[in-house]
Amino acid sequence: MSELKTIDARNTFCPGPLMELITYMKQASVGDTLELLSTDEGSAGDVPEWINKVGHDLISNEKIDGVWHVKVRKAK
Amino acid sequence: MRILIVGGGTGGTIVANNLARRLAGEIRSRKVRITMLSASDQHMYQPGLLYVAFGQMMPDELYRKQKSLLEACIDFHVDPVEEFHLDQRNVKTVSGKTYGYDVLVIATGSRIVPKEIPGLAEGAETFYSEASAVKMFKALRAFEGGKIAIVVGVPHKCPIAPVELVFALDDYFKARGIRDRVQIKYHYPIGRIHTIENVAKWAKPAFERMGIECETLFNVKEVDVKNNVVMSEEGTGTSYDMLIAIPPHRGMEAIENNGLGQGGWIPTNRYQLTMEGYDDVYVLGDTTNLPVSKTGSAAHFQAEVVSENISSKIKIGAPVREYDGKVYCFIETGHDSATYAMFDYVNPPDLKEPNKPMHWFKTSYNKMYWASVRGLL
Repeated sequence: MSELKTIDARNTFCPGPLMELITYMKQASVGDTLELLSTDEGSAGDVPEWINKVGHDLISNEKIDGVWHVKVRKAK
Repeated sequence: MRILIVGGGTGGTIVANNLARRLAGEIRSRKVRITMLSASDQHMYQPGLLYVAFGQMMPDELYRKQKSLLEACIDFHVDPVEEFHLDQRNVKTVSGKTYGYDVLVIATGSRIVPKEIPGLAEGAETFYSEASAVKMFKALRAFEGGKIAIVVGVPHKCPIAPVELVFALDDYFKARGIRDRVQIKYHYPIGRIHTIENVAKWAKPAFERMGIECETLFNVKEVDVKNNVVMSEEGTGTSYDMLIAIPPHRGMEAIENNGLGQGGWIPTNRYQLTMEGYDDVYVLGDTTNLPVSKTGSAAHFQAEVVSENISSKIKIGAPVREYDGKVYCFIETGHDSATYAMFDYVNPPDLKEPNKPMHWFKTSYNKMYWASVRGLL
C-alpha cells in the first residue's frame, strides 16, 4: 500500500536535500509518494533534474512561505 | 537514577565520560549509576582508515581498549543489545541479560552495506573497515597505471571522504612518479561534486587542476565485475581498471529489528536529540535520522548537548541546551595541506585556502582524539 512520507531537509547543508531524498527513495516501495521540504534554492533545479534522469514521477514542485515542497512518486 | 548508554563509539563514550564528571557527586552518593553496553572491547578511531589505505598509518594505531577510555565509575559491559523494550524501560542483550533504565542513550552508529549494490563488495576497493583499508593499500601499491573510478553510495559516513580520497590519490601517484599513467574519474550522486555547495565550488577548480574527470547525478546501481564496468541508476556506465567505492550505510540491525527506525535511523528531535515520542530516550551520532553529517564531530557536539541536558534534568528538572546542528570536518587536500568545513543548521561553511598548519593540526588531532573521546577536549 502506498504512503506519503515527508522528508524534512529544511536548514541543512550536509548531507543536503537531494542526498536525503535519494536515501529515502531507496527505502521506499514502488508507488510510494515522498514530499521533500527544502530551504535550499538549488533544490528547485537539481531535485527535479535527478527525478527526471533516474525515471521517477515528479508530482509537484512549489515554494510555499520560503520552503520548497517537492512531491515525487517512486516509479521503479 | 539509572543511565544506560548503548554503544561505545565516539558519541556514547563522550556522553558517558561527560556525565561521569557532571554527576560525580550523585554517583558517589549512589543516586546515579551509569552503565555502558557495547559490541566490542575495542574503540576504533575510524578517520584513520583513510590513512591506512595509503600506508600512512598502521592499523594498530587506530585502537584503544574501550575500558581504558572510560571514567572508572562507569559500569562497562561488552554485551550488545538485541531487544529494546522502550515501554518497559529495559533492554535485553545478546547474553540474555536485562538492563533497566530511567534514561536511555542510543548511540549504536552505522554499518557499511556494500552488498546492497550487486557486485560492489566483490568488485570495489574501499577503506571503511580495517581489512578493506589494508587490502586497498596493497591494490594501490600494485597499480601501475590505468583508470580509477570512484563511486559514492548513499547514505554514507564522513561526507568529506570522497573529496579527500581524490586528493590522496593524486598525491600518492605523484609520489610514485606514475601520475601521468593514472586517470581518475569521480562520480557523485547529486548534481555537483559535493553535497555542500561551498565545498563543491571550492573543490571544482582543484579537481580541474588535477585533471579529474567528473560525472554527477551518478548513483551506483551495480558493478559488472566480469567486464569491469560500474552502472548507475541514471542509465550510464563507466569502465575501470580499479574501482574505489564509498559504500552505502545503514543503521545497526538491532535498531531495524526492533522497529525503532527505518533503515536503522531513529526519528530524532533535531534540537533536543530525544527520540520522537520518548522524552527519556536520547539518540545521537550516526544513529539519528537527522539531516546532519554522519561524522564523529557531529556525534561529539551532540554528545555535549545530551550529557549537559541529562545532567541538568537530574539537577534542576529541565534541559538547558539545544543542538544547533554544528559539524566541523577537517579536509585533507594533499601536499601536506588541509582546510576545514564548519557549519550548523543556519550557517553554511566558509572554506579557507588549504594550508600546512591545518594539516599539522589534523595529524595532531589523530592523536588528540583519545583525549577528546575521554571528554577532556
